Amino acid sequence: MALSVPANAPAPNRAGLLLGRLTRSREATLAGVVIVLGFLVWLEAPNFLSSTNLISVTSLTAIIAIAAVGEALVIITKNIDLSVESTMGLVAFVVAEALKGGNMPVPAAWALGIGLGLGLGMANGVVITVFRVPSIVATLGTLSIYRGLTYWVANGQEITISNLPAGYTDPASQTFFGLPFFVILAVAVVIVAGIALRYTVFGRQVYAVGSNAEAAATIGVRARSTVFVVFALSGMLAGVAGVLWGIEFGQLYASSASGESLAVIAAVVVGGVSIAGGSGTVVGAAIGALFLGLINNALVVLNLPQAWLQVVYGAVILLAVATDALVQLRAQRAKARSRLR
Amino acid sequence: MTGDPRPKGGPDALQPSAETSAVAGGTSGGALSRMVGSMSALARLEVFLVLILVFLVWWGVQLSHFFLTGPNFGFSTQAVMEISIMALAMTPIIITGEIDLSVESMVGLSSCVLGWLWASGVPLEAAIPIVLLVGLAGGLFNGLIVTRWGLPSLVVTLATYALFRGLGHVVLGSTVVSNFPAGFTNFGYGYVPGTFVPWTLIVFLLLAAVAVAVIHRTWIGRQIFAVGKNKDAARYSGVQVAALKTALFAVSGLVAAFAGIILTSRTSTASPDNGLNMTLAVVTIVVLGGVDINGGKGTVPGVILAVFILGTLKSALTQAGISTDYQNVAIGLLLIVSVIAPLLARQARQLAGRVRPERGRPARHSAPGEVVH
Repeated sequence: MALSVPANAPAPNRAGLLLGRLTRSREATLAGVVIVLGFLVWLEAPNFLSSTNLISVTSLTAIIAIAAVGEALVIITKNIDLSVESTMGLVAFVVAEALKGGNMPVPAAWALGIGLGLGLGMANGVVITVFRVPSIVATLGTLSIYRGLTYWVANGQEITISNLPAGYTDPASQTFFGLPFFVILAVAVVIVAGIALRYTVFGRQVYAVGSNAEAAATIGVRARSTVFVVFALSGMLAGVAGVLWGIEFGQLYASSASGESLAVIAAVVVGGVSIAGGSGTVVGAAIGALFLGLINNALVVLNLPQAWLQVVYGAVILLAVATDALVQLRAQRAKARSRLR
Repeated sequence: MTGDPRPKGGPDALQPSAETSAVAGGTSGGALSRMVGSMSALARLEVFLVLILVFLVWWGVQLSHFFLTGPNFGFSTQAVMEISIMALAMTPIIITGEIDLSVESMVGLSSCVLGWLWASGVPLEAAIPIVLLVGLAGGLFNGLIVTRWGLPSLVVTLATYALFRGLGHVVLGSTVVSNFPAGFTNFGYGYVPGTFVPWTLIVFLLLAAVAVAVIHRTWIGRQIFAVGKNKDAARYSGVQVAALKTALFAVSGLVAAFAGIILTSRTSTASPDNGLNMTLAVVTIVVLGGVDINGGKGTVPGVILAVFILGTLKSALTQAGISTDYQNVAIGLLLIVSVIAPLLARQARQLAGRVRPERGRPARHSAPGEVVH
């Protein structure tokens, strides 16, 4: 399905090529939309660009973006991970629970949380690759299993900021060189994952499995281990997101992060990762998260009812996949025409 | 309703295909042995499900003397009727290889619309048909987007899962409507006089009979299985795949709205949060009932047995003092196990059937791509 430029295509001039590539690239289009939308919101509500608002928008966006990087890997292999929100919730709660007594050093608790996320992701991976349960069913199951475990750990209690070490939520508002700490972290994750996807053998295998699993198997890609690793990574990144969730809010319930899987998947799909597998980038997923974060915040600063958020999420997902379908249809028609010629 | 151009020619359209007629219990002689084979496979599954049911009832009785009594039967059956009715509509969708994740949000939306209409002074006789139309429209929307744009139902219904739930919040805001008349709440909450049989169980059984008839006894059912087994082959043999799938999604939306009305009636509450997490239970019932999540295989009687298994399990867990939050863990596990179990059983049978000749061959006989669904 990948678009390939025919070898004998006339070479357009440089500027034209650049413009063409920019409009064709989902990442660039979406970044443009984000800037325009941000500008419009700022015109209506000047406090949108205040540093407190910006930090609060970008922190939550960064959390979703990190989870979205993992989800993007999964969706590129033509699978889906519905369980990210429960992984985030369980990790956030377990980390806070571990810190509650004051016996565990903070970095150890964070490591525990990320390790737990990795473990939960590996459990998904085992069910999907060893027992061959379709990922939609497997992660629909673990979505509720991991959430149930959180209820079990919570045992009817909630954890408030007074139970946590002093200054625990400070990193959420810290900035380095003017950039919020969470944003730097998310950018780092995106860069590492982006490079790994583009330039490593593993990264190419992820695309190969998603675009044509049989062909990938023929050339020696071990689809099952690739899919397993991708789910493990998705769990680990959801674990990182869960740790950050705890730092951001400092107040945890058994139901924390409920409903965030939808935001994560929406970010990935809006960011141009095809649900049919085999195409898309983590940069796109991160920009998708920024776009949704912006819409979320726009509703707040413009005093619009929060009820519309889910409507917007649903509409945006439909719009994104419909655009993909349209582009693909056009590409197929163009291909058919060039073949006839 | 499906817009099939030749409803009369329908029954014969797929007759030459032995495979589909065997599934539908056709009587063509050539397929007899195949039919017996599939019947015994069916029987094996159903015997297995009955054994699970017997075990759960035994467990429940150990937990409480109250378990095997009329009131408990009525109460715990009533509690699963909404998801059970939706499972009947989800069954053909999964058999055709699709899925509808949006049902739980349609329950919420229909409940909100009903509450909003009632609070605005619309009589229930008018409000209920409107709500059913909303459900039909929502399902039609799913179906048309899936079939017209060729998009995977997984994403489309995930989007409408958010959309419908959000619209529910928009319609009703943060209010909750609960002043419904007794005549209405009696339907969801009441029993057939003098018995412990809930009215909703009667409704479920009627709908189940319709589902059995349509899916196992008509040309529509044969087309559903044909599409699930091989979409392209079905299309070449004259099945209007898009129209069929659109109709199935529309029915699913309609049934979900009906389930929303029942839930509103049973709990006497219209709230935007109605129906949360129901999709998990619905899919679990269908898969536990032996419907292949990859499409092409399944029976309605299996799904009906699964309804009673889930109801008994939930009741037993309640008796054991396990709250709904934890019960979802059991349902999630049940979902995964019910997909794994048939695979393991098949492998075990293969292993037992031909241990020696197969030794040399690698156990992995399917393409590795099979896992990436």
